This record gives sequence, structure tokens and C-alpha cells, in this order.
Amino acid sequence: MANTEMRVKELAEKYGRNREALMPILQELIDERRYVNDEAMVNVARELDLSAAEVYGTASFYSFIETEEVGKFVIRLCKTIVCDMKGKEDVLQAIENTLKIKVGQTTADKKFTLKTTNCLGWCHKGPTMLINDEVYTELTPGKAIEIIESYMNK
Amino acid sequence: MANMINLTINNIPVSVEEGSTILEAARKLSIRIPTLCNHDDLCVAGNCRVCVVEQIGNRTLQAACATPVRENMQILTNSMMVMQARKTIIELLLSEHNADCTKCYKNGNCELQDLSNEYRTGNQIYIDLVPSKHYTIDQSSPSLIKDDSKCIRCQRCVRTCSELQAVSALSAAYKGAGMKISSFYDRPMHEVVCTNCGQCINRCPTGALTERNYIDEVWNAIYDPTKHVVVQTAPAVRVALGEELGYDPGARVTGKLVTALRRLGFDSVLDTDFTADLTIMEEGTELLTRLKKVLVDKDTSAALPMFTSCSPGWIKFIEHTFPELLPHLSTCKSPQQMFGALAKTYYAQKKGINPKDIVSVSIMPCTAKKFEATRPEMRDSGFQDVDYVLTTRELAIMIKQAGIEFMKLDDEDYDRFMGESSGAGVIFGATGGVMEAALRTAYEIVTGREVPFGNLNITPVRGMEGIKEAEVKIENVKPEWSFLEGVTLKVAIAHGLANAKRLMTAIRDGKVQYHFVEIMACPGGCLGGGGQPIPTNLEIRKKRAEAIYAEDENLPIRKSHENPEVLQIYQEFLGEPLSHTSHELLHTHYVPRKRY
Repeated sequence: MANTEMRVKELAEKYGRNREALMPILQELIDERRYVNDEAMVNVARELDLSAAEVYGTASFYSFIETEEVGKFVIRLCKTIVCDMKGKEDVLQAIENTLKIKVGQTTADKKFTLKTTNCLGWCHKGPTMLINDEVYTELTPGKAIEIIESYMNK
Repeated sequence: MANMINLTINNIPVSVEEGSTILEAARKLSIRIPTLCNHDDLCVAGNCRVCVVEQIGNRTLQAACATPVRENMQILTNSMMVMQARKTIIELLLSEHNADCTKCYKNGNCELQDLSNEYRTGNQIYIDLVPSKHYTIDQSSPSLIKDDSKCIRCQRCVRTCSELQAVSALSAAYKGAGMKISSFYDRPMHEVVCTNCGQCINRCPTGALTERNYIDEVWNAIYDPTKHVVVQTAPAVRVALGEELGYDPGARVTGKLVTALRRLGFDSVLDTDFTADLTIMEEGTELLTRLKKVLVDKDTSAALPMFTSCSPGWIKFIEHTFPELLPHLSTCKSPQQMFGALAKTYYAQKKGINPKDIVSVSIMPCTAKKFEATRPEMRDSGFQDVDYVLTTRELAIMIKQAGIEFMKLDDEDYDRFMGESSGAGVIFGATGGVMEAALRTAYEIVTGREVPFGNLNITPVRGMEGIKEAEVKIENVKPEWSFLEGVTLKVAIAHGLANAKRLMTAIRDGKVQYHFVEIMACPGGCLGGGGQPIPTNLEIRKKRAEAIYAEDENLPIRKSHENPEVLQIYQEFLGEPLSHTSHELLHTHYVPRKRY
């Protein structure tokens, strides 16, 4: 897609072509398209004179830089110990049953991707999940389903 | 003079230059601190932690490879705390490592194995995590195998591929327990920008990166009575093989190498140096032809500078990275491939053997040669020109398997023909060698006199500097070369692909002008090749280079164009350099590849 090539060139103009421009460029791409595919990474590598493997290595390091296609809404349910003790497993099952997908999968309509994440820092209000950048706390299975349903028509 | 820092290690005083590490200070006292991620050729990583030492007064242990010395430091390398921590660190590394040592190709030559042996890590208290790890083995490349189950994530390969080779086909991907050494999207190694140079193999402390070996295939060919098995040996093998078989670095074992190959059962033991000499005839003539086209005919299609084409790692690198510069490459095949093409044509005819019954084996310091032999362009004899490529290390394994006591062997000489070589052919194994050999011949063709350097030793093109330059003024030429009268021939040499990339960028951007450029993919040239004995470092490579030049000085013939077998093959078979037959068998073309 020539589109990607042009966009990456613009971003390289904005942030420069040194190695330290890699993160801000990747972050802008993520903001715009939710994930960076091989085409995007190859273009970034070419602009910054890096190898594609180096860009992939950096991108794959960060949980919030997706390198595989994800849905419009990415649900990240906290899997760490406090949320776990407060009933995360029931919440997870409720979400899985509602969306008919397992952790790591995306719905057929490409609307939702379900993931687990490490601690979000909301232990006192667990279980917690993120949907894109929005935090939802003190979840119960019912509350989680309601929240997800509210996203279905967005 | 640099500031000196005084400290004690195990209560022994030592003073070292400011900026040295604890590891370096300990070496000065001949105290060995174990290391895994550290490597003399690479930047500090400090990630494996086995080099931890105690600093008195400090609560935590320090990584000796990554901690600079400070005045009055008191270091203990073997205290109770250190020994316990180090053993734990090794045990933790092993808990994620597929320690199937007896089935491992690196069995007996593995730094992790040595260390676990030293620390007697028999009673593992940690759970074996290997079964839960879903490690993969990548056997897609004809040159190398990447087995993640053996990887300890020290990143020597990543640093090698980036710092020495500027390729970065491998990178650290993911994080924490999931961190792994990965190509782009974990694609198979034969699909990515890997040049097959094998420098990562030379530095891998375990069996995670190894050459793809063809030992059994070669044994099968030798055992097959219907096959005539010819073997060729590259110049750099004879100055390094000894290291695998009891000698110190720098030993010249040419005669014993020939004897051993005969005892292994090869039908004919021949020399790649012969085709190195032939390469000089072809490449030298090609250079002079290009010079004439540019200087006399003003032909813009002839690209200058001309680049050497002997190093298959370099070829794949330029195909990926600078496809626009491909016309600059000499069309000459590498000596290995010239040899292969001739073995199944000229040699077969002369010996009266059907080429389909010939198995052509080469012993190379190189893993990229394995890939080169499989290139579709390399079948000009009507067959795959070179059937199997073994590294110096694989040959050493075969010699051991055959129960040959290498050090006790007598010296023997190569078979004839295609076994004669000049000193010029031998120095192909060192960086600058092809350039020196080419100049010895080209200068003499043009002027009728020997190159104006003492004893034919063109010292400006020798040595371990990353990029070297030299100039040779051409004067009093023969009448047919009058267009070169007074021309100063400018040449450059780079070894290691990071240096090659720097030089190519400068050439592409028009910042430098040369007539002829030699590139070798590996540091030091072929003598530091990815198929050479492990370990490697600058000191070892310098010793091998000294051996190469000593070999050259000791040969009666030192110029390619004086090799009688070379003259004979032109008379009997090829005609003249760049003849029709030469073009068919000895020259090739290149394929632009994607860098991304």
C-alpha cells in the first residue's frame, strides 16, 4: 500500500531518521491503525536504515505495540495476582462466552480482540480491564458483559 | 599516558588503565573469570551474569565484564557468595536449555557445557522448563541451523550480525521469559537478509547456531565405489585446521591436510588455490578490459570501480543491500565455483570419467559457500558444480572419526592437475590477498615488470584495518597498454560487512573514487570465515594471516600468471581469459534481492 509508505515517510520527516525516532514513529502508527503489520515495519526499517528484524524486535518487546492484526477494540484483562484473587477468571469466562473467542483471538467482525495483561496498577479496584485506553474497574461477570455490549454498536 | 587505577583481585594488587573492566584486570593477573555473553570482538552486553564477582563493601555482586575498575577496589572472584551465585546462574540457564548434550552437534565444543562441567551442576534444583517452551529449530538454510532450544539469549549472534556485519538478520524479540532471538517475524533464515556468513556460528557459546553439516553425505560418496570423489581445499583451511587437531593458532598444516584427505578416501586431492590463480587471470583481464572501455572507448556501460566477487557472503549482502551497485561486481565466479565447473568438464574429460559419476566436495572456511553451491546459477557443467561443502570444522570431525593421528602424519603434495598453485592463490585467504594477487599479475601484464614492492609483498593492502586504501602508479607501459601510461591505479579493501557497507555507501554517494575494490564478508578475510575453528578473536586471526603470508613466501611461484597448470588449461581448454568457454564456465550473473 503506497499509503503506508507515504505515511512512514511523513513520520520520518517529523521525527528524524535516527534510531531514536523508531519508538515515536511506531507509536503514531499504532494510534492510527492499532497494529503495525510487516509492510509498515519494512517501511519504517527502510526509512531509518535499520534491518526489518531490528524493528520487529523492538515492536514485539512492547505489549502495546501489536504486530498482528487486532480488532477495533482491544480488551486487556489484568491477569496478575490481585485481580486473579478478586475473581478475574469468572470475568474472563463471561467475556469469552459473550464474544465467542478465547484469549489471543479476534472476533470474526474484527471488532474485538481479547488479551490478558500484566498489572495495570488498579489492584485496589480489581478485577480490572482496559478497552483500548479506557480503564474499567471492580468488574463482575455481569458488569463486564454490560460494558462490552456498550461497545458493540460503536 | 593513560591514568592507572590500582585495585586488588583476590588480595593480589594490580594496576590497569582507567576504563578497563574488572574482567580485563583479572586477565592481567591470569585469573580466569568465566564468561558467556562476553566476546573479544563485540561490545559489552552484561546479560548472562556468570562473570559476577564480589566487591568488598558492596552488597550486590557485579558483572566483571561490564564494571569498570575504580581506585582501591577490592574484588573477590571466588568467594563463597560468588561461587554460590554463579552456580545458581548456570543452573537457571540450564533450566531453560535443552541439555541433550550427547545428541548435540556442539558436544565437546560448548562453553555452557564446559561451565556446567566445571561447576558440577548435576543436582539441578530448578524445574526443567524446556518441555513447556515450544522451542523451534530452523533448518531452512543450506548453511546454518538455528535451534532455539539451545539458546541462552546471550545475544552474541545479535551483536555479531549488527556490529561486525551490519546485517541484523537476527534481533532480540519479545521480552521477559518469552524473549527470543528472532529474524523478522520469525521467518525462516533462508527467506531473510541473512548472508550465511556464519560469523554468528563462530561466536555462539552453545549449539544454538551451527553449520548445516554434510559429513554423512560425504562419507556416503566416499564409500560408494561407483563415484569418483574429488576434493578441493580453500587457502584459509590450511592455516586453521591445525587448531582443531592439537596445534596452536598459526600452524601451517598444508601437507598433513593433503595426507589426511587421501587417507579419508578421496579419489583426488586438489587445490582451490589453482582456481584462485585462474580467478586472477579472468578478473585481472576483466579489470583491464573495463579500464580500457572507460578510459579509451568512453563506454559508460562499464562500471568502475570493479568489485571482487569471491566471497559469497558479500555477494548475497550486495544483492540485498546495494542492488543498484551489482554492475560493479566482477562477473567471475568464486574460485570454489570455478573449480566445481572445471571438475565436471575439463577434469572429467582429461581423466575420462563421466561427469555424472563425479562427486565434487570442497573444504571451505566458510558457511556461505554451502549456499553458493546450491545457487541455480552454479550448474554450468550441466550438473550441480559443487556437490557438498564442508567447513574446516567438519573436516576436523571427519579426520577424528577416521582415527587419523593428524599431528603424526607425513606431509604430502596435492594431486595434479588442478593441484598446482602460486603464492598469489594462497593469499586469497587473507583480507587484501585478492587485491595483492591481482596487482602482481595486472601490473606485470601491463608493464612487463614486477610490481614495485619489495619481494612482491604489497604491504599497504595487508593488515587488519577495516578499510584499507592503496595507490599504484603505472609507468613505462607496454605499447598495447599505452592508455594506462601515467595512470595511478586506486584500490580499496574492506573486510567484515559493516566495513563493506561503509565503503559502499561512500562509493554510491560519490565521495570516494577507486578503480578496484576487494570485499571479504568476514573479519580478516576467509581466514576469519564462519566455517573456521572456534574460538576466534583478533589475535588468532592475526596468527592465521602471518601463516598465510609465510606460506606465500615459501612457494616457488608467487604470481598467478606463472602457474604452469593455469597456462596449460588456457592452452588445452579455455583458450584465453574471457574466452567463450571461460564465459560459459567461469563467469556468472547476480540477482537483485530485497533488503526488506
